Order: sequence, then C-alpha cells, then structure tokens
Amino acid sequence: MSRLPVNCPVPRSTDDAVTLAHGEGGRTMRRLIRDRIVSRLGNTPLVNLSDAAVLPTMGGSPVMTTDSFVVSPLFFPGGDIGTLAVFGTVNDLVVSGASPRWIALSMIIEEGLPLALLDRVLDSIVASARIAEVEIVTGDTKVVPRGAADGLFLTTTGLGELFEPIPTGPETLKEGDVILVTGPIGQHGISILAAREKLGFDPMPTSDCGSLWNAAQSLRSAGCPVRAMRDATRGGVSAVLHEWTETSDSTIMINEEAVPVGNEVRGACELLGLDPLHLANEGTMLVAVPKEMNQRALQALLKVGNCPSAAIIGEVTTRRLAPVVVRRGRSAEIPLEEPQGAPFPRIC
Amino acid sequence: MKYIDEFRDAEACQRTIDAIRQVTSRCWTIMEVCGGQTHGLLRWGIDQQLDGVVRLLHGPGCPVCVTSSSMIDAAIELSRRPDVTVTSFGDMLRVPGSQESLLQARAGGADVQLVYSPLDAVRLARDNPDRQVIFFSVGFETTAPASALAVKQAAELGLENFSLLVAHVRVLPAMEMIASEEPSLVDGFLAAGHVCTITGFQDYAYLATDYRVPVVVTGFEPLDLLRGIHECVSLLERDEPSVVNRYERCVSEHGNLQAKNHVEDVFRVADRDWRGFGIIPNGGLALRTEWARYDAELKYSIQDSLAIVSGDCPASEIITGRLNPVDCPFFGKHCTPEQPMGAPMVSSEGACAAYYRYLPANQNSQPSL
Repeated sequence: MSRLPVNCPVPRSTDDAVTLAHGEGGRTMRRLIRDRIVSRLGNTPLVNLSDAAVLPTMGGSPVMTTDSFVVSPLFFPGGDIGTLAVFGTVNDLVVSGASPRWIALSMIIEEGLPLALLDRVLDSIVASARIAEVEIVTGDTKVVPRGAADGLFLTTTGLGELFEPIPTGPETLKEGDVILVTGPIGQHGISILAAREKLGFDPMPTSDCGSLWNAAQSLRSAGCPVRAMRDATRGGVSAVLHEWTETSDSTIMINEEAVPVGNEVRGACELLGLDPLHLANEGTMLVAVPKEMNQRALQALLKVGNCPSAAIIGEVTTRRLAPVVVRRGRSAEIPLEEPQGAPFPRIC
Repeated sequence: MKYIDEFRDAEACQRTIDAIRQVTSRCWTIMEVCGGQTHGLLRWGIDQQLDGVVRLLHGPGCPVCVTSSSMIDAAIELSRRPDVTVTSFGDMLRVPGSQESLLQARAGGADVQLVYSPLDAVRLARDNPDRQVIFFSVGFETTAPASALAVKQAAELGLENFSLLVAHVRVLPAMEMIASEEPSLVDGFLAAGHVCTITGFQDYAYLATDYRVPVVVTGFEPLDLLRGIHECVSLLERDEPSVVNRYERCVSEHGNLQAKNHVEDVFRVADRDWRGFGIIPNGGLALRTEWARYDAELKYSIQDSLAIVSGDCPASEIITGRLNPVDCPFFGKHCTPEQPMGAPMVSSEGACAAYYRYLPANQNSQPSL
C-alpha cells in the first residue's frame, strides 16, 4: 500500500522573488506576512492578523483619507514608494487639519518582484511611520501575474483626529492674505524625472518626501490662524494656487524672486524648459494666513527645523483677469499657466 | 547661477530698455526666429515694455510646429506596426498629424516612447533586438548632430533594428523665404542663438546684404533679448544691414565644427515640406545614400497620408509672421492648448501657446474653457 502524502503540496516559493503563491492565501502567504511584514511593524493591532483593526476611541472627529502610489522607479534619490505612501497619507491628513494616527496598507505586488526589494520598501514604511508617529494597523497583500503591474503598487488609507482650530478653508481667503511655502519647490518632480529617465545630473536632485506634521503643529502652537493649507503634490504650487483662486474667486500674486528653488532644481528646469512652479512636491506645502499673521507664521515655520527655507511668496488680491499672476523682474506681471498634464521637456 | 542671473538683472534690463527707446526714431518690425525667444519675450513681459517702440513678430522657429502633418501621420502609422517602437522628443508627441498625435496613438495601443536623446533610442534598439526602433528625428541644426551620432553609433554596434524617420529642418532657407517676401514683412531678424551655437553666424552674411536686413544672433534670457533688440534697432537706424553676434558666450563665427562634421557625414541638404510654408528649397536634411539602411522612409513602405488640415486655422499666417496669435478669431476660444486647432498652439514652443500662456489676453477664453 503506497503512502499518501500527509500534506497537500504547497507551491514552492523561491527564496529571492515574489511568486503568485505569495498571494494565494496559503502557507507561503502567511509566511510572507508573518516573517516580512508583521515582524517589521512590531506590536500593533496587525499582530493579531485578524480581518480588521479594533482601534481606541478618539477625542476629536475622525478624519479619513486614501491614496494610491504607482511611482516609477520604486526607489529615487530622497525616498521610495514606501516613504511616499506613508508621508503622502500623513500629509493629506495634516493639511486637512487632523493629527495622523493610523494607516491601513494595501500592497499589489507583481510576480517576480525581488523579495529583498520588498524588504527595503517595508523597512522604509516602518521608518517613515515612526517619524510621522503613525501606526500601520491593518493591511492586505495581493500578487498579480508578471506584466499586470509595474513592480509594486501601494494603497494607504489614513485615519486621524481633527484638531482645533482647523484651517477655515480656501473659500475664506481674503484680499491681503499672505501665501507662504514651507520649503524649496519642485524637488520631488525633478528627482523622479531624473531617476526615471536616467538624466545623470550631478549632484542628483533629491526628493523632499517628508512629513508636514511638525510644520502644521508649529503653526498651531504659535496661535497662527490658518486660512488654508495644502501639500503641493502633482501639478505643484501652480495647481494649488489655481484651485484656491477658483474656490475663493480671488487672484493670487506670486513674487518669483521670493520662491525658494534649490540650485539643482533650478539648473535642471533651465535645461529641460520646465517651470518649478508646475513640478510635484512631497513634503512641501502652501499656507495662507491673514496679513497681520505673516511674520508669526514665518517664524513658526522657520523654528520647526525641517523648514529652513520657508518663505512668504505672495498675497491674495482682488480678482483680476488672470487667477494667478507671477511678478517677474522689476515690473513684469505674467499670468501663471495652470498645469495641463505631465510636464514634457521641450526640444530646444 | 553663472550665466543666468547676470542676464536677468532687472537694473541692466531697464537700462537697455531706456537705450532702445533713445535710439529708436520709428517703430521697427523685428522677427525673433526661435520659439524659445518668443517664450522669453512674453515670459519676461518684454513685448509689453517695448509696446509702440518695436513691433515683435514671431517667426517659424518651432521645429515641432513646422513638421508636416504627413510626417507625423507616417510616424503614427509606423508605431502601430506590431514589431515597431517609435521614439521621439517630448513635445513632438503632442502635436497632431492629420487625425491625431503620437500620444493619442499610444493611448490607443501603439508603441510610442519619449526619449531625451536619439542615443537613448539606440540603446533601446540594442536592448530590444526583437523590436524595430525608429527615432522620429525632428529639430533644427541643434538636434541634427545627436541624430547623426546615433546613426554612427548604431552602425558601430551593428544594429539592424534601428532607423531614423527624418524630418529635420534648416532655419536659414526659411529666413530667406521670409526676407524675400514682397512687400517686406520684417525690418530685421533676431537669429536663433541655439542654432548658431552649431552653425556659427558666417552663413547669415548674404542674407543681411542681399536682402538688406540686419541679423543679430541673440540668446534667451531677458538681457540677451534686449541686447539683441537694441543692436538690431541700432543697425536699422544707421542703415547698416550686417550680422552681429550678441550671444557671445555661446556662439562663435564658425560654430561647432565637430558637430557640423557629424551632420555633414550623415545628412545631405534636401527640400522639405514645412507646415505653414509648403516646400522650402534646401529647407531640410535627409540621410545620405550611404546610410540608407538607417532611413525609415526607405526601409518601410509608408503610405501617403490624406492630410486633412483644418481650413479654418490660420497657423501658416502665424508662423510666417503675417498674423499675431491674439488677432486669430479662434485664439483662446475654440483653440486652446487642451483643444488646439493647429500646431502653434499645441507645441510648447509654438507662438500661440506662448501667447496663451503668458498674456492676460488669454483670459478672454476663461468662460469657454
């Protein structure tokens, strides 16, 4: 009588890359989650591996946001898809007037992704969550066949607690209000472009990927009433300003000389014919405050430590023909174009 | 930033504007040949500051705008073939052919890739031996040397799967065509600085003397542009139609000999169909017969496209300097960068796009957007 195998055969997982078996719900998947994910994230509700996280009650209103990350390349100077996913979600909560508390993390992994690379992303997620003081409390893992995704897609859902006073919103912008930026602009956009297209700049521009929690906290501690806050991600400063002017039916005048732009970004933009005002940021936000609060807001941001280039860059004026105007040189006032799509370098 | 900040100095710009006003006895019409100069003039509000002193006409200097729609159609047709990848520069991908752009073709499943250099296309061919990689080679004399190098590199690597679809244009014959118009459209030219870094400026001498138009080689920063205008106006006032180089930090009389040699080795001068101009004799480049195996037009049978050019769009009037973009009845209303009727609005270097981007006049379009 032949001996039957005790266990059903489990698809063998290779040691160095993700296979479809890692997403099939069996032992291979359990090992992936237990050994690579939960072990890194430490003692959170995730450890129980239940279907949902039970969270403690909060004092303030819950604020929820969600975002998906499909960046290419997965690693770039100054960050990676993991840091983007955590800080991007944290910043969406912060600019909505909430203190970030918990994050749900969903991963769609393409078959063949090196496990070592997945480990690096997970390490980044853990380190970023620690910096932003948030916990990863629940998640999901799917593996899709080779060719169905670009390596790794992440989706994060963040839950935070509304703090007081919350920003009143761009609809309350008034003539004379001052616009501040928390740091040099365009770094993320140029860093991704340079890494993706292997542009070989020296030094390579570095992404500004980071948390805005401290900056928002500092404005709050300084008792600075904020009209509007917004992280200037895709579409950059220009997209945020256009959105604000549309909401408030005003015009925003920007003084180009006052806008902080790093040398690497400026050089790359000159070379490629791009405008830093249109480029994405991942750890830089715009803040609008009443005119009399401009110095208090600036000092609060400069004190934070990670906003040494914070600056007052413009003001809200009565509605003109152009919604956003850039003051260039001595007297030229030129309308700022609203970004239309991906910025393409020009031919000459 | 060395060589940029100095040329954005507001005091120096103001002094030059004052000097232009002082030297000018009548309103001269000057054409800036290059699309980059058009953008610079509008970006820095120079046209507004010289309003009534100098009339600035926008020339044909956007190689993407002047690429004929039939060439774009050919590139799109090739990109739809199952084993072909078509590559080109970013702003070329957005320009419509007779029906659609390369980007729209890509959205429909064609294999179209953006590259920053023709050498990237060679690398793509080397790394994908099972695909035919075509570089849609557009541009003035500035981009031609890199295309020539790409052909030489493909030959060195023994690549059989790389070719060029050549749509290169030459700026001087187009300037000559404009200068020869009767009655005269322009009093003087600001020659394209980038082109002259390669070609030098000695070839412009006959243009200045035969057609009695001063030609000033000019850069792209506000002070570059103002110095160019000042020099051009001064030459006109003195009735001295000659060639002067005001982009001294980049341009020499004979240009970049090494780059010119590469172009000479690979390309020959040929007639070329310019969008808006028609056929310009000697207005372009074509591959020499010894490089025929890298010529996509010879390698593939490209069907003649039924070019359907909108009869309404006065693009040809605009790129030949006869019509100012804001005077076009469609500008900003039916024709915007999102829904362009013609190439000068769609290409980022185009005159209409520059006006739309920088002039408050574009706000007239707001209700229809």
